[in-house]
Amino acid sequence: MLDDLDRRILRTLQGDPDLSIPDLADHAGLTVSRLSRRLDRLRDNGTLRAQHAVIDWRALGYSVEVSLRVTLDKTQTRAFDDFIEAARDIPEVLEIQTFLGRVDVRLSVIARDMAHYQKIYRSHILILPHINDIEALMHVARIKSDQGLPL
Amino acid sequence: MTPDLDDIDHNLLRALSVDATQSAGALGRRFGLSQPATWRRIRRLTDLGIITGRRLDLDKEKLGFGVTVFLGVKLATKGRVSLEDFERAVTAIPEVQTVEHVLGMYDYRLRVTARDISDFERVLRRRIMTLPGVGDVEANVLLSEERRPGPL
Repeated sequence: MLDDLDRRILRTLQGDPDLSIPDLADHAGLTVSRLSRRLDRLRDNGTLRAQHAVIDWRALGYSVEVSLRVTLDKTQTRAFDDFIEAARDIPEVLEIQTFLGRVDVRLSVIARDMAHYQKIYRSHILILPHINDIEALMHVARIKSDQGLPL
Repeated sequence: MTPDLDDIDHNLLRALSVDATQSAGALGRRFGLSQPATWRRIRRLTDLGIITGRRLDLDKEKLGFGVTVFLGVKLATKGRVSLEDFERAVTAIPEVQTVEHVLGMYDYRLRVTARDISDFERVLRRRIMTLPGVGDVEANVLLSEERRPGPL
């Protein structure tokens, strides 16, 4: 369904998402109207779902980032649903991921400082339903973060 | 230290983190601002380093990447292998999408994408297990993922 040209367009746009349509057309060797049609098709078939602005939470004063690895009590049939539903209500939770492996769910949590983190952890995280165990990984540095696909 | 932002700034950040392709004119109409005033605010949020760029949200299954695995990596010989050597080598692997240095039971957290499980096995054996200083590796296969708007 996708051809080499589609991949080339997405690879270029992924590498530099701020490119304007005329610049992108230039890079891909297409006219603006042909490129626009391609992009529309990639959007219509759901391949290109959206373009999001990336927010640097540190610049907004959130200096602490913690990865919480949670195992749930799987004897509870609604453990995943209940846990995720409740986790969505915590504003400082940025990501919710579920896994097959030793970890069931991972939450990415940000806080202004350690005292703030402590507060979120005690009054919001620990009361989430069906938790069996929590492990915390404290974020030190992001070495690579483009999250690009090797197209 | 923390920049002074008002409700309109927060609304703009929320709107742009959903769809960064919206024009200043369209956003202005939505939040009751003129196009130039909206443009100036977005410019300021960018200059302050709060908006750092854009990210494509691609359907990875449609593009042939069916498997995402998070790896917790512990370095085997701490102090003897330089973190820089490990970081340089791991960053160069195209299938490794993110590398985070963490404190806790692992030293690094990697996000790896692959076409399928056997492709993942190839990446794990040939690329990850051969990294300088790599010790314990724990793998968790991603089943679902959602990003939340965050405290805006």
